[in-house]
Amino acid sequence: MDFDLSEEQRMLKESVDRLLEDRYSFEQRKTYTKAPDGWSRELWQQYADLGLLSVPFDSKYGGFGGGPVETMILMEAFGAALVLEPYFATVTLFGGCVRIAGTEAQKDALLPKIGEGKLLGAFAHSERNSRYDLADVQTTAKKDGSDWVLDGEKTVVIHGDCADKLIVSGRISGGQRDKDGIGLFLVDAKAPGVTRKGYPTQDSLRAADITLKGVKVAAGDMLGESGKAFPIIERVAQSAIQALSAEAVGGMQEMLDITVEYLKTRHQFGVPIGSFQALQHRAVDMLVATEQARSMAMFAAMMVDEKDDAERAKAINAVKVHIGKSGRYVGQQSIQLHGGIGMTLEYKVGHYFIRSTMIEILFGDTDHHLAALARAGGLIAPGTTA
Amino acid sequence: MELRFTPEEVAFRNEARTFFESALPDSIRKKVQRGQYLSKEDMVTWQRILNQKGWATPMWPQEWGGTGWDAVRYFIYKEEMNRANAPEPLGMNVHMVGPVIINFGTEEQKRDFLPKVQNLDIWFCQGFSEPGSGSDLASLKTSAVRDGDHYVINGQKLWTSGAHRADWMFGLFRTDPNAKKQRGISYILLDMKSPGVTVRPVITMDHGHVVNEVFFENVRVPVKNLIGEENKGWSYAKFLLGNERVGIARVGFSAGRIAYAKAVATRTMVEGKPLAENPRFREKMAMLEVELKALEITNMMVVAGMKKQGPTQDPRTSVLKLKGTEIQQALCEILLEVAGPAAQVHERAFLDGNDELISSPEWNATAAPSYFRIRAATIYGGTSEVQRNVVAKGVLGL
Repeated sequence: MDFDLSEEQRMLKESVDRLLEDRYSFEQRKTYTKAPDGWSRELWQQYADLGLLSVPFDSKYGGFGGGPVETMILMEAFGAALVLEPYFATVTLFGGCVRIAGTEAQKDALLPKIGEGKLLGAFAHSERNSRYDLADVQTTAKKDGSDWVLDGEKTVVIHGDCADKLIVSGRISGGQRDKDGIGLFLVDAKAPGVTRKGYPTQDSLRAADITLKGVKVAAGDMLGESGKAFPIIERVAQSAIQALSAEAVGGMQEMLDITVEYLKTRHQFGVPIGSFQALQHRAVDMLVATEQARSMAMFAAMMVDEKDDAERAKAINAVKVHIGKSGRYVGQQSIQLHGGIGMTLEYKVGHYFIRSTMIEILFGDTDHHLAALARAGGLIAPGTTA
Repeated sequence: MELRFTPEEVAFRNEARTFFESALPDSIRKKVQRGQYLSKEDMVTWQRILNQKGWATPMWPQEWGGTGWDAVRYFIYKEEMNRANAPEPLGMNVHMVGPVIINFGTEEQKRDFLPKVQNLDIWFCQGFSEPGSGSDLASLKTSAVRDGDHYVINGQKLWTSGAHRADWMFGLFRTDPNAKKQRGISYILLDMKSPGVTVRPVITMDHGHVVNEVFFENVRVPVKNLIGEENKGWSYAKFLLGNERVGIARVGFSAGRIAYAKAVATRTMVEGKPLAENPRFREKMAMLEVELKALEITNMMVVAGMKKQGPTQDPRTSVLKLKGTEIQQALCEILLEVAGPAAQVHERAFLDGNDELISSPEWNATAAPSYFRIRAATIYGGTSEVQRNVVAKGVLGL
């Protein structure tokens, strides 16, 4: 057991930290939000040059060959800086689908390009009625000779507005919520029949609603086996939650630090408000929640590649439950302890609060994962009474 | 970064598991699992079994019978002990007085006390708190006045756990009434059979007898029982605070309670169905399991840090105490809810370790007293509020 970073991991952390320190002050970030995409193309290229965009990919595909720990390092740093660039959409979700389910040819064609910063991707899976049910897919995928034809509507596709390619889930057979009968398809974002409506999200990121009307997909652009995509989607969602847990911890630590700093500098009644015990104890509880969340992000990194499907699923449920709960607590307290200034968009802390609220919603909220974990019997097996 | 145990650590875990399962007398195991009180004899028996194996005081220096384990092995040992429903060896001996004698005692004190402390031939109690000195311990007043080669002790201690079972006390006494609070205090060992010592039981809400009042009336203690230097006692007591952090979260204990609560819930019918199938109950348990998992990983991170740097004042140790005790309390609360109406029956004899029951099923019989008793967890060893004060000042700089 050893929680220290390896030499390589330390270097990765240093290089991302240094870049973000130079280029991601709160003021600089504001200018990036005003760019046409809502993020910086120039920084994206810098991420590529530093090798950050290929972190989870095998060296065979020009990747860094990193695992969950490397993802944790990056996402924690991105969370602390409130990074706007579409790393999560392109590398974690789109790249994750390809990494997990792609053929050699698909990986060869896509992963190096992602790593070089030349391909943006998005995961067009969620629909208006699907909520958190990963199997709920109404978009249809019909066979047309050896090709496929997609029809349907995808909603809140993260960074779907700027993506070059989409991975779209479609129902090949079965009912709306059946786990069997789902396919995943690689679709060019500019293909005929694809229309996108891009918009900003609460957290200054971007997303799109995407309509597919008779979109033709070649047989070779299916990911995984026909109708058997559900386990892939599940794995990708689990990887996504692992990444989000680290991002959430990065944000929570910032909220804690900013709040503690404020408690030391803000004076009322002639003294720093941090001298009041009621506020001190609240800050300590924020620290406790943050440290516990960090432990769960670590647990996510330990378990996201676990081979036992049931154990892995339960672990990831547990992670999302904790991240959701602790993120909400730390966020709410950070606003409360600031008072009025915490409510304003001019001030940084509110932006973390917004992002942490969105993270709780992404890929299943606290109640959703708690119910799933409870149904599956929890983390600890029953003992005996004698 | 290696987030799992090494093969050697896994092998050690298996060794510990096998040992605890086979060496622990069944009668003691049952009592721990059912939440019954252990007798003095139970404690002595078990500690001597551990001592025979060389495992009574693993973290002592090897020359005094320690094992030479690193923090990870010690962590595994504690977790497996809890898992097997084994009682922990007497903390006052193993974690409190032993390390102080080892670090600050004379050679003679070490020779006289350590082997007996280790084998529980001598049972120690701790004389720290007083009626007017709880969280503000340094305000303590019980005095030790030098008279030739003796101290004469007068005053009163309170909340003294196990004083009624103890052969000796290690205590803090005021030796210089004129010095500033912390400076005039000495750390003295005292024979409980000394004339002038009176122990009066304090019965807690669970009807249990653990804590006591201890009165001192002109109790004469040889000066050779002073530990270290006169008036330096506070620093020796503080040294202890950094000690025994590895087990403070009691993750293994709580995991055992969860497994037990789930087992009890399968035998508890609610509207014709086992409570264990009730979604609300399952979610409540699941939430606690999530909290406990986070605590377990935090604990492992602290332990892994200790393995590298030795004992440190890692800020996360306060997290372990704060969250660990909250979880223990929440579990006892759940066991009380599971018991339902059966929790009303006062199963006095059963609680004291007998098998007879008046009315309740054995798995419900200690639910209420365990719940009452565990309220102390956020009070003893530094209240949760004092813990938060310490973190606010020491970690957050407020």
